[in-house]
Amino acid sequence: MSIDREMVKRLGILSRLRIPEENMDEMVGELTKILGWVDQLKDVNTDNVVPMNSVVEDMQLREREDVVTDGGIRDEILANAPESMDGYFLVPKVVE
Amino acid sequence: MTDLVELTIAEALDGLAKKEFSAVELTQAHLKEMEKARELNAYVLETPEVALERAKKSDERRAAGKAGKMEGIPVGMKDLYCTKGVRTTACSHILDGFVPPYESTVSQKLEDEGSVMLGKTNMDEFAMGTANLTSYYGAVRNPYKDKTNPDKFLIPGGSSGGSAAAVAAGLCMAATGSDTGGSIRTPASFCGIVGCKPTYGRCSRWGMVAFASSLDQAGTMTRTVRDTAIMLEAMAGFDPKDSTSANVPVPNYEKALTGDVKGLRIGIPREYNPDKGLNADVRHVWEQTAEKLKAAGAEIVDISLPSTQYALPTYYLIAPAEASSNLARYDGVKYGLRVDGNSLDDMYTKTRTEGFGKEVKRRIMIGTCILLEGYYETCYLKAQKVRRLLCQEFAEAYKKVDVILAPAAPETAFGKDDDSTGDPLKMQLYDVFTVPSSLAGLPAVCVPAGTSEVNGLPIGLQVIGNSFQEETILRVAGAIETMSGMTIRPLRVGGK
Repeated sequence: MSIDREMVKRLGILSRLRIPEENMDEMVGELTKILGWVDQLKDVNTDNVVPMNSVVEDMQLREREDVVTDGGIRDEILANAPESMDGYFLVPKVVE
Repeated sequence: MTDLVELTIAEALDGLAKKEFSAVELTQAHLKEMEKARELNAYVLETPEVALERAKKSDERRAAGKAGKMEGIPVGMKDLYCTKGVRTTACSHILDGFVPPYESTVSQKLEDEGSVMLGKTNMDEFAMGTANLTSYYGAVRNPYKDKTNPDKFLIPGGSSGGSAAAVAAGLCMAATGSDTGGSIRTPASFCGIVGCKPTYGRCSRWGMVAFASSLDQAGTMTRTVRDTAIMLEAMAGFDPKDSTSANVPVPNYEKALTGDVKGLRIGIPREYNPDKGLNADVRHVWEQTAEKLKAAGAEIVDISLPSTQYALPTYYLIAPAEASSNLARYDGVKYGLRVDGNSLDDMYTKTRTEGFGKEVKRRIMIGTCILLEGYYETCYLKAQKVRRLLCQEFAEAYKKVDVILAPAAPETAFGKDDDSTGDPLKMQLYDVFTVPSSLAGLPAVCVPAGTSEVNGLPIGLQVIGNSFQEETILRVAGAIETMSGMTIRPLRVGGK
């Protein structure tokens, strides 16, 4: 699979990033170059190798009591919101 | 009176204990030094009020006989540690004005042990970079000068470039860093200081702005190995709030600094000595240091880590994939920048397009791409398989050796406007020696070991250990520090 302008546009939509028309060719070039470079991994024999998600994969994930350990700080959290109202985050209208 | 900013942490703790000076005086001296050295752009936010208040409390605690491990020690805080009530942006425009309502575990531990935060240090945006050139707040200047061209603006390395420059210039006694693929060790090497990335899980990631969660690790930046031992002990430890935090007791690291390397087996990986891509001075310092360790009774063992060449492409698949997912949270709703749009989606897109810098966008795009159906198996899963092979090779090597000695960076610090800085692929090559141990989650410390004969710039070497063998790597680093004969004192850019 190769990277073309259509692909960059699709990635932009998925990532919620607008790639301006004048930067399109540059982005196609860069992604092509990087993916070409990482393509060397296909030379490595990984038959029967299990993918590794984390170096601590043998660790048992811990469980804890399902209780509130933190909370009741609504206003502190909303203090960082660009826009809020009546204790809610405010976003542009989504339902007509 | 002693010049307080020239002291090491160990010396300062001694002086504070003997009442030769107070924490307030120590903090004031550093605040003054920060003012004189603003041209370095090492701090993106100075917090003198917080610092003086904490210093005052520190003096009170000491007087009450309740001194912590870092009592009264002024530190710089990398801008990706959430600090309650103090702006935290990871040097990204998208986190404009974010004031965390909570404190990261690492910065909380440092505060609990008495350290005094002087401010937030500059870094590459979201820790993505090797030269500290991607920060929204501009480049950081390395206090060192290239003797062949003293006017040249040298980069400090990245991503913890502000922390490294601040420590090197005496704008704090130590600073926090974070290391995903070399972000502590590369700047430590370029700025002639000690930088330690402990084992993955050793320090809590809670409250650190995430880049690539399976790789991110908090660490220390100091001027001596002893100071690293003191600071690491204060920072490390189990944290139930981080699901990958290791429940392993924290030893007294200072006790490990015996200076004795007799009988230790030190591996020299032949793949870290390529014909091309390793500066001759760096190679020379590396070989010379191995010789000295041998003379001190260590056994030098030739080892092989055959998949080393594949570590970089593996890293540049895994890290962006994790980053694209982690950075999806920046949507202009909960915190930081918002750019208005005519729909919710339009607002998201406008906010992210304006809020993220070029390098961050590039990595989000790559990460998004390789997680797509059709790429996922051939790119992402493939990289995770190679990661396992790299880990297995390290595990094999540690059957034969106690530590591995390697260069930290292939070169000395370079210029901000050098050709390579414009080419992302070339910039990535600076991580070639640091990325493999990051992928394997191993502890590694970079220690100044010599200087370049050509340009006079510092050269650091890396001691890489097996998991949770921080004591062993610090012991070897301490021996190297002594053998190098270098005494690292701050480079005072604003004069004394």
